[in-house]
Parts: sequence; C-alpha cells; structure tokens
Amino acid sequence: MARRIKVVIAKLGLDIHWRGVYLVAQFLKEAGMDVVYLGNKFPAEIVEAAIEEDADVVGLSSLCGNHLTLGPIVVEMLKKKGLNNVKVFMGGVMPPEDAKKLEKEYGITKVYLPDTPMQVIIDGITESMQGTA
Amino acid sequence: MQEIDKLIKESLNGEKRSTARLISMVERGNENAPYILKKIFPFSGKAYYIGVTGPPGAGKSTTVDRLIARFCKNNYSVGVIAVDPSSPFSGGALLGDRVRMHVQQEKMDVFIRSMSTDRVMGGLSRTTKEASRILDASGKQIIIIETAGVGQSELDVAEATDTVLVILTPESGDSIQIMKAGLMEIADIFVVNKADRPGAKDISLSIQGMLDRSLRKREWIPPIFMTSASTNVGIDALYEGVWNHSRYLKQGSHLEERRKAQLKLELRARIENEFSHILWQDIVAEKNVDKVVEEIWSRSIDPQNAARKMAMELIEEVVLKWGKNLCQ
Repeated sequence: MARRIKVVIAKLGLDIHWRGVYLVAQFLKEAGMDVVYLGNKFPAEIVEAAIEEDADVVGLSSLCGNHLTLGPIVVEMLKKKGLNNVKVFMGGVMPPEDAKKLEKEYGITKVYLPDTPMQVIIDGITESMQGTA
Repeated sequence: MQEIDKLIKESLNGEKRSTARLISMVERGNENAPYILKKIFPFSGKAYYIGVTGPPGAGKSTTVDRLIARFCKNNYSVGVIAVDPSSPFSGGALLGDRVRMHVQQEKMDVFIRSMSTDRVMGGLSRTTKEASRILDASGKQIIIIETAGVGQSELDVAEATDTVLVILTPESGDSIQIMKAGLMEIADIFVVNKADRPGAKDISLSIQGMLDRSLRKREWIPPIFMTSASTNVGIDALYEGVWNHSRYLKQGSHLEERRKAQLKLELRARIENEFSHILWQDIVAEKNVDKVVEEIWSRSIDPQNAARKMAMELIEEVVLKWGKNLCQ
C-alpha cells in the first residue's frame, strides 16, 4: 500500500476567502491524504509548518492578488531550508499568464485556476509524488 | 543505516528537520523504525508530559496555544503533538489544530506536529507515544499531547502523560454526565473552558460534587480551573496549576510510580500486539477464516465457540511444531 501523502495547506497571507481552500482540503482528506490545515499564514510560518510536519506537498490558496508577491517567497524559503523535495501547489484567482509565470519561473509545481475539477487536483498531487519514497 | 544514524544525531542536537523525518518514519512503520526507537529511547524521559483531552470543540487547541506561550515565555522548549481523527473510509484526515496555534518563531522554541489517529480508537494514534519520545530526546523540556476530540471512554492519553487536563465546557452536560465513569476519572486537572458562558458555575459545582462523593482514595484532588482560552482569561492560574501537579508528582516517588505503571501497560499492550500480529500474519492467514464465517452464518456454530475452537487448534498446532523442533 502506498503511504499517505501529507499536505500542508494554507490561506496565503491575509487572504480571507475560505470556501475554495475548505473544499480542496476536504476532498484531499477524502482522497486519503493527511491534510494539515493552517488557516491564514505568512510564508515563514508556512515553511516552518512544512518542516515540522515533514510535508510532501504545500498548498497555497490565493484569491486576493498576492500570488506573485508571496507565492514565490514560499518556494524560495523552502529551498533555503533545504526542502527541495516539497512540491508547492497553488489555487485561486489570477490572470492565466501569471499562473504560467509561477509554474515556469518561480518553481510552483502547478497552479489550479477556477473551474478545475477536483479530480484533476487530486491526480495532480498524487502524480507529483510518484517516484518518491 | 548511515543516513539514519545521521538523522538521529542531528535530531538529538535539536535539528528540526531531522526530528520531523524521524517522526514520519516511525509514524509510517518504516523498516528502520525499530532501530530509530532503540537509538532514541535512552535519551528520552527527561521532559515533562502534559496531556490535554476533552470533547470536540471544547477549546483544547486554543488552550494548548495559550499554554505554549506561557511555557515559552518562561524559557522552556516545548514540543506539541496534536492528534485529530482519521477517516474510517479513506484513511485520510483533516488536521486542524494548527489553525488555533500562533507561534512567534523568533521568540518561541516550539515544535508542533499534527498526527491522525490512523483508525485507532482511544484519542491517540499508534505511534503518538513514540513521536513524543523523539521530541523529548531532541531536547524538548515540555511535551504537550493534545488528543483528538474524545467521548467518554477514549483514555489513552492517561497512559502517555504525567498531568492530564480534561477540558469541558458549560455545555458538557448535567451532573449525571459528570458522574459517569471514564473520561471524568482520568483528570489530574479539570478545566471548564468558555467559562464566560452561562452554566459554567453549575458544571464546576457538579465536578466538585462528583469528587466529594468519590470513594477512590486520592492523595491528589484534581483542582477545577475556569478559563476562557480564546480571551486568555484564567490561563495563568491553569499554568500554575499544572506546575502544582508536577511538584506533587515529584514529591517522593509519585512520578516514578506513575511512569512505571504506564510502562507496564505499554509493555502489555505491545506484547499483545506482537502476538496478535504473529497470529494474523503467520497463522490465521493460512486458515480458512471464510469457511468458519460460513459456518457461523448458517448458524451451525456461534462466534464465541468458533473462536475458542480455532484458538485451541492453533495452540495444538504450535505445540506440535515446537515439540518437533525440540526433538530434532
């Protein structure tokens, strides 16, 4: 049996939109993952939680325009702490070109924009874990 | 093995990432888990263990958050294990205790780890104790174990900690609920949280009455603290109360006796575990359990007698096997 994937998931910074992140958290739980929900947290706190929880995946919810400012900082800080294996996913509302930029230039594994079917997110996370012990 | 030894060494030096990795390995039943525990165990046992339990939504995490702040302010290094339930269907879990916990990293020396119960009843997971020992060995002076929200009979935390806080609210029921066995009997300290709500005084009187009527000989009478964790009221008194209990335990041999009694229970559970593991893995698996189920289904035998018959057959078989080995 494959081991359970551990996901640390947070509302990025001061973003108060909660419905999307609740939805994702609940579906990931039902897909058999351990989901540590942090609530509102800034990058330093998210990275600290990822260390302590030994997370496989960090999920960031951003619907208030902080995706390009805070998102890349999380990836950077994870790398600085030596957590190169942790995959960072983002979800929320942003211009599609920003999403591409985050994936191509800032090391975000995948950005999920509105209307993404839940199964796509579950599969995306599961597939990103393949080949890791 | 070299890699594991390096992780262990780093963890013992307080390196967070290595500690986190070791906990994962033990939690997942990694093949190296027994080795890790063997190496870590001699360094554990120095920390003071506090258990926090109570029904869902009573304010366990918020209270823990407040206690962390007080311990850190007094320069203690704190380790927290927060347990939440796993899904009986998917096995997954939504671990939400960290939402209530606010750590200022620059000022506070704290390590928080969330764990799912992993389908275990009792309020803790199979490896919560082991994880707390890893934190202990890594230099944490105070270990707080927060259980999943419990009902009346999930009492594992009493066998894993030195001071048990049972957190209730004014909505926790009438005096009959308070008189019931189980959860109410394991408290070293009672906390009536959300004490700003109506009914707080009533429930504290019910607890007091229950304690007064108890025939159990107690040297330590559990005190009752009224708190409102979210507004930070009554926490200083609770913090002092925890130390009071700790001082009581450290008088004479109370602490040693308590911990030895816990170790005895743990050892017993582990032995049972080993046996049932061997039974299911090596022996019962070969038997035709389904066939017996069919027999029970057709009402030709009842479950209790079927089990006894199977157990007897197994013992016979084992004895024969051993006998053979002895003769050779």
